[in-house]
Amino acid sequence: MSILEVSDLTVTFPGGIQAVRGVSYGVERGEVLGIVGESGSGKSVTSLAVMGLLPNNAQVSGSVKLHGRELLGMDEEELIKIRGKSISMIFQDPLSAFTPVFTIGDQIAEAVRVHQKVAKDKAAKRAVELLDLVGIPNPNLRAKAFPHEFSGGMRQRAMIAMAIANDPDLLICDEPTTALDVTIQAQVLEVLKTAQQETGAGIVMITHDLGVIAGMADRVLVMYAGKPVEQGPVDDIYYRPRMPYTMGLLASIPRIDGEEGPLVPIEGNPPSPAALPPGCPFAPRCPMKVDMCDDEEPSLTPFAGGRHVACIRAHEIEHKGLTGADVFPVPVIPPSDVVRVPRTERATVLELDDMIRHYPLMKGAVLKRRVGTVYAVDGITLDIAEGETLALVGESGCGKTTTLQQIMQLQPPQGGRVVVLGKDSAKLDRAGRQALRRDLQIVFQDPMAALDPRMPVGDIIAEPLRAHGKKDVRAKVEELLQLVGLAPEHAERYPQQFSGGQRQRIGIARALALEPRLLVLDEPVSALDVSIQAGVINLLEELKNRLGLSYLFVAHDLAVVRHLADRVAVMYLGRIAEIGTVENVYDHPAHPYTQALLSAIPLPDPELERTRKRILLEGDLPSPADPPSGCRFRTRCPKFAVLSEAERRRCVDEEPSVARLANAVDHGAACHYAEEIEVITASDDQEEK
Amino acid sequence: MGKYLLRRLAINVILVAIAASLAYMLAATTMNPRAAYEGRQPPVPEATIDATLNEYNLNDKVPVIQRYATWAGGVITGDFGKTWNGGSVNAEAGRRIMVSLRLMLIGTLLGFAVGVAVGAWSAVRQYKLSDRLTGVLSFVIMAIPVFVLATLLAIATYNLNQGVGHTLIEYTGEYNPKLAGWDQFVNRLNHLILPTISLSLGLIAYYSRIQRNMMLDVLNQDFVRTAMAKGLRRRTALIKHALRTALIPVATYFAFAFGTMFTGAIFTESIFSWHGMGAWLVDSIHQNDVNSVAAVTFFTAVCVLGAAFLSDVLVAALDPRVRVN
Amino acid sequence: MRSKVVLRRLLRNKQARYGFIALLVLVLLAYVGPYFGNYDWTDKDFLAFMSAPDADHWWGTTSIGQDMYAITLRGMQKSIIIGLLVALISTGLAAIVGAFAGYFGGWVDKMLMWGVDLLLVLPSFLIISIISPQLGQGASWLWFVVLLAAFSWMITSRVVRSMTLAIREREYVLAAVYMGIPRWKIIFRHIVPNLSSLLIIDATLNVSGAIIGEAALSFFGFGIQPPDVSLGTLIADGSRNATGYPWLFAFPAGLLVALVLSVNMIGDGLRDALDPGSNS
Repeated sequence: MSILEVSDLTVTFPGGIQAVRGVSYGVERGEVLGIVGESGSGKSVTSLAVMGLLPNNAQVSGSVKLHGRELLGMDEEELIKIRGKSISMIFQDPLSAFTPVFTIGDQIAEAVRVHQKVAKDKAAKRAVELLDLVGIPNPNLRAKAFPHEFSGGMRQRAMIAMAIANDPDLLICDEPTTALDVTIQAQVLEVLKTAQQETGAGIVMITHDLGVIAGMADRVLVMYAGKPVEQGPVDDIYYRPRMPYTMGLLASIPRIDGEEGPLVPIEGNPPSPAALPPGCPFAPRCPMKVDMCDDEEPSLTPFAGGRHVACIRAHEIEHKGLTGADVFPVPVIPPSDVVRVPRTERATVLELDDMIRHYPLMKGAVLKRRVGTVYAVDGITLDIAEGETLALVGESGCGKTTTLQQIMQLQPPQGGRVVVLGKDSAKLDRAGRQALRRDLQIVFQDPMAALDPRMPVGDIIAEPLRAHGKKDVRAKVEELLQLVGLAPEHAERYPQQFSGGQRQRIGIARALALEPRLLVLDEPVSALDVSIQAGVINLLEELKNRLGLSYLFVAHDLAVVRHLADRVAVMYLGRIAEIGTVENVYDHPAHPYTQALLSAIPLPDPELERTRKRILLEGDLPSPADPPSGCRFRTRCPKFAVLSEAERRRCVDEEPSVARLANAVDHGAACHYAEEIEVITASDDQEEK
Repeated sequence: MGKYLLRRLAINVILVAIAASLAYMLAATTMNPRAAYEGRQPPVPEATIDATLNEYNLNDKVPVIQRYATWAGGVITGDFGKTWNGGSVNAEAGRRIMVSLRLMLIGTLLGFAVGVAVGAWSAVRQYKLSDRLTGVLSFVIMAIPVFVLATLLAIATYNLNQGVGHTLIEYTGEYNPKLAGWDQFVNRLNHLILPTISLSLGLIAYYSRIQRNMMLDVLNQDFVRTAMAKGLRRRTALIKHALRTALIPVATYFAFAFGTMFTGAIFTESIFSWHGMGAWLVDSIHQNDVNSVAAVTFFTAVCVLGAAFLSDVLVAALDPRVRVN
Repeated sequence: MRSKVVLRRLLRNKQARYGFIALLVLVLLAYVGPYFGNYDWTDKDFLAFMSAPDADHWWGTTSIGQDMYAITLRGMQKSIIIGLLVALISTGLAAIVGAFAGYFGGWVDKMLMWGVDLLLVLPSFLIISIISPQLGQGASWLWFVVLLAAFSWMITSRVVRSMTLAIREREYVLAAVYMGIPRWKIIFRHIVPNLSSLLIIDATLNVSGAIIGEAALSFFGFGIQPPDVSLGTLIADGSRNATGYPWLFAFPAGLLVALVLSVNMIGDGLRDALDPGSNS
């Protein structure tokens, strides 16, 4: 029998906003149900409704039964006996989910004492045990720490510890790893699996990451515009999707094991929950749309093999064996002229030579004082040739953003050299710097924060033009809007009126206004939903080829990098660990860190995920204020762990620098014991199996 | 930590010195203590006036820099000089400081405690009748200036006393010097009632609004949801997790509120005839009493900086994120 | 389009609506009311000293025979003008000082904030009290406005500074920097407009603060000097005889409270409309 049985759940917010419109699912003991959907699809609201944690102004109807008992409409006195006891929840952002003024140990002990009659010291002891269980080192000591003293991964572990404190029957995980880096994500997912084994609980896993679901879930529910559109066993959904949205979603994700070339974009944007189309909500974006789709919203109907699909053409798709690539049009991107010239003969647009950037480390908000130095960027060397895309990848805290800022400022670095288009930043005067800014532009990560909310889009795009004294701004703005796939009349609107993907296009238009030669892309697609992301990546690719641009592409998503970049530099703690062409680095990574990074990325491929061996890293990133001696990676290095004492000596004493690998033209790694191995097995075709 | 405190102390000492010096300079250049002696009958000879004013370091014929040097020299050794008629400023201040501090401390603490309690209660009962009522009430109270409030209270008390036929609540002075022992203590408390109400009512309204808003801000944050997801009652989650966290921003307002407190004290002391620092300020301006003005400035500067420091300490005690190990 | 949304939200806000209506009535009373009265504010009726409100003297008369209705409205005019001017000057000053300190940082920030600290430590009451009676007649009330404004911007400028620190790190500001736009231009084009909600709210609340401040100083005779009148001087005169002749105190004090209350209500409603995240 199911632990949780949700049927026809709807949630309506004031103003007639239907966030959830009829969701039904069941979770068995020990089963993992994955709920996938883009932002605004209603997946998180569904789970909060199950917990009874929605604000009072939300109207909830339908039925939520736990062990056969109806939870909706239950009064608080009864509900508090179930929350945290039978159902626990793990939230997305573990920093804001802990009360900042109480210690982690106290907060876990509180969860114990709410449901179990135990003494204070017993509960405290239990909290320590739980922290130990989720793999927190020195749990005795760490239990006394405050949430802000924990790293993101540690906080999420503590969150899991709190959730399993009362041995729940059901765990609801709302984007549990979204805020984390990939290597930490791999650790936390591992802990989650342990927790499930420990408690035998059923898990509802809510995420937008199709890779995470592929590795965790037994069954999958795909949501779109507040409604499930497809549901079934994980393999069926991934290998035999029968709803065009699911098909498009799976086809649009860039994969680290995928080949180059344009991605499959889904045109348009998800509908606003306040203004749903009359028929199928996906119809306006669906390439398979027929007139009948607008008549009535298709309901989720049973399909063969325990699955449900909400599409009137599902049987046709099944019959013809269609895939996402067949259905969704793939754009053709013209090749670049520049790259026909060999790399060595092309001009160098950016050169970093042993660049250093250190910060003073300040402590305390009220009692501020300097307590050390942050070695944010500690000597990195790289170059970008004309028409090339170099990706700078690494996890948070590796120094990639600092590197980017140092380049953009065009100021003399603290150490080393920054040469942009042949001009040394240390030798620039005011006028020279101002002139160079025309050729060097940037696209930011967060498309909302990057556009001044109080300026119309036309003024935003015109700003760089006016700053550099350009005439005939109006015509140029229209031209730029068209270039990035927007309409000229959009110039009069404000940024708030656009969707995330459109805003990012505006940001790109602004960056292109002065016709730069080098464009710095700071995580340009990481804030976007998967279906939108593909379109922006294709646009960037196309612009590069058409306009002969060079890109410095800063990212943490290695799958996106594989698609967009020619060369890649992997950063760790302010140093470059590995650098080379994308093929070399991805297919034959030589640095243990790169290997771990690549192996930590979940693939949207359930079968591969089940068989794949992960290289798990121990612990967190060391503080950049106190990096380890010698090789900075040695404290977490899986290779270091298996070296002999004598070999280790070298790692501790001597800092490795990037050395070219023997059998490759463009591939170097900063490891004394570099050894190429393969971590991503090339995927077979992703079609029917 | 010790070094930090020392640096902060040094900065504060400089700020106090500059504030007091500026006030002295301003008073010394614009005020005219001579006026008190010039209009007398029979006329006092100018030489005598000069001699007297010289003795008090108030003679406007002496260059202001020289007067300032004499005054500053005295202040460094702890002597704030003479009042306009030759009394000791130190002695006068000694009499008055405790009067003002008593009023202000009780007013601040009462305002803070009651305000936070009312605000928290109001937030828990959001949109209920009691919440709306306290909201409207605090709005009206915040619109009434202290001097209007104090006058209204005095009128009301006068009528009340008339009505009951004897003095139920005292509305002028600090105490009745004819009483002694326990009776005098009760009498002092009775005298405190009206000034304390007029001083703290505004503060209560102000803090209750802040506390309510801060708590409602906190209310929608994830950690309150987490606390409820653990199985805590909404009310418990609010009181234990939201109230404690919402106190932090409220504590930062402490310093600002103390500054306005002194202005409030000026009115309450004057209206209820208390001989405190506030009333002294008004009197000394009317009497062209340069040295007293500088001394009151010194006092208020010390109070304001003390309150700022106290609020920082309070925030550090409440918020682990700003503590330094 | 944003201003339309704000306006709609503001009009839907009950509190702000009442506030607007009340303020409108009060301003009309202050400026149109005198034309309907039987006396001018400079008139003295030697047949009626301290007379209670009646058909001739609607709000009674003072000890020297002035018509309370005429003189109170005259005082209210002065209070309203002073409130508006002080709010305008002090909010502008707060925005500029706070934004420059926050954006430039370093020694500019240190110096400006040190000045703010000093002004906060100085008892503003005392300084205005000493200076304003010395200013003499004529346009002296304008100087009084300047003095009031000079001592009421510091706390806002601190808030502006800390918000500027946050906005400075926003990507649209960085984008402007990387475009090569001069820093002072960035402050006026990107930073101050994005603080406008705060500044509008602050300016509104400063109006009521200044009205109270004026009244407080005038209460002790340190503000508006006779023969000119303001609500503060009238309340001061009235409070001395408040028990026997309540109309002398009740009309100016009541109007002062009503004025401050209506402005505060508008300010609070504005905060709701401009800053939907806050719960005030």
